[in-house]
Amino acid sequence: MINLQPYADPQYFAYLLVALIPLTIGLLRGHRWHFYETLVSLAFIILMFTGAKWHQAIALLGFLVLELLVVSGYAKYRQQHNQTRVFIAAVVAAILPLVVVKTTPLWSTQPSLIGFLGISYLTFKAVQMVMELRDGTIKEFSKLAFLRFLCFMPTLSSGPIDRFRRFQADYEHVPEQAAYVEMLGRAVHYLFLGFLYKFLLGYIFGTVLLPKLAHLAMLQHGAFGGLGLSWPLVGYMYDYSMYLFFDFAGYSLFAVAISLVMGIDTPMNFNRPFAAVNIKEFWNRWHMTLSFWFRDFVFMRTTFFIMKHKLIKNRIRVSQAAYLINFLVMGFWHGVTWYYIVYGLFHAGAIIINDIWLRFKKKHRQQLPHNRWTQGLAILITFNVVCFSFLIFSGFLNQLWFAPSLK
Amino acid sequence: MDTKETVLDILATLTGEDWHHALDDDLFASGMLDSMDTVQLLLELQDQLGVTVPVSEFDRSEWNTPNKIIAKAQA
Repeated sequence: MINLQPYADPQYFAYLLVALIPLTIGLLRGHRWHFYETLVSLAFIILMFTGAKWHQAIALLGFLVLELLVVSGYAKYRQQHNQTRVFIAAVVAAILPLVVVKTTPLWSTQPSLIGFLGISYLTFKAVQMVMELRDGTIKEFSKLAFLRFLCFMPTLSSGPIDRFRRFQADYEHVPEQAAYVEMLGRAVHYLFLGFLYKFLLGYIFGTVLLPKLAHLAMLQHGAFGGLGLSWPLVGYMYDYSMYLFFDFAGYSLFAVAISLVMGIDTPMNFNRPFAAVNIKEFWNRWHMTLSFWFRDFVFMRTTFFIMKHKLIKNRIRVSQAAYLINFLVMGFWHGVTWYYIVYGLFHAGAIIINDIWLRFKKKHRQQLPHNRWTQGLAILITFNVVCFSFLIFSGFLNQLWFAPSLK
Repeated sequence: MDTKETVLDILATLTGEDWHHALDDDLFASGMLDSMDTVQLLLELQDQLGVTVPVSEFDRSEWNTPNKIIAKAQA
């Protein structure tokens, strides 16, 4: 049985791009061929879950039925009423499958039966719909439009996380020929950049170097009183950070490129993150659709709630509490392991310290030097803080400290 | 005080700057407004002008200059 994992190898691109040719011709002539588009999308989604992964397809179907019931039910309710507890119940119901999948490893060695590739990203989209229905920014609800948004094939497995109103506007609008040609040009550029990132650089950092550095670091797991601090570990930290970036940025470029071919301008996920001058800016450049999702639906809502109900008086304390909640939720979302949660806390701490520094800098603007050397230093510090956070994130410390004999 | 003055007053409190002569300047690009300020801006608009803006309505590209905010508050 054929199984095609999204963007996994060059063949996938060949099949996908050939299948998309009729759609491209349609768009060039000013038509969006809905039927054909649905057919191709469905075929490639099915091919993600064929063979040994068939049970994931059933999990996906079950998930879609549940989300459809929750969101359409809430949309119907929201036309007449607006009680907070119903809103909360809808949010809880929408994230429930994800919570089950993420907590299953705590009590079982088997992954959850209701899990499937992409469940996180689909959950983000569904929850966002509930929140926007609550706010009244989405007024009309169509089951078909919702499913199309949720299951948009190029971004199904790992994002970028689009927003319903943005996606829908793109979908209902067929770009002008010149604009579409420009989109195709961008798609080609992103595809080649993605190949360079994922299949060359990601391969070198991830497949060639990473296992070697891991092995060398493991050999010294007893160093420094059991902390295992060694040069290979430092090497692992930087190498893993590069791998993480090139692999995921490469994947994201593919997803955006294929979206563009389908006439949808899916937002970009990365904007030269390692050139950030501080942690705050880093989160405006790294996994942007995720961090903006958290900013808009967790951070902003939390601060709004705290300030409106005057739970905390001091503005600075409000933002610190909101950062903590924001990054803690993000940590738990990555998975319920100590290193993901510490990763979240680490970033919360980093951004809180960053904010204190920014306030200090604002106050002492006259006394502090500001030139390209200080900028360079800022980028260097930020880069190292970020790489250290990725070392935590990698889970390698867990292996190094608690399971050195397994490898 | 009219809507325009109220909005400029709120912005002055949040950013510590006078925006009377920079009505079309980008508030976000200059780093003058962060997410926290934004939330406070929405709360102040609600308190002082009775304009309710849900957080998810907040599209940065539509709210990035004093003039745009005044227009939204007057609508």
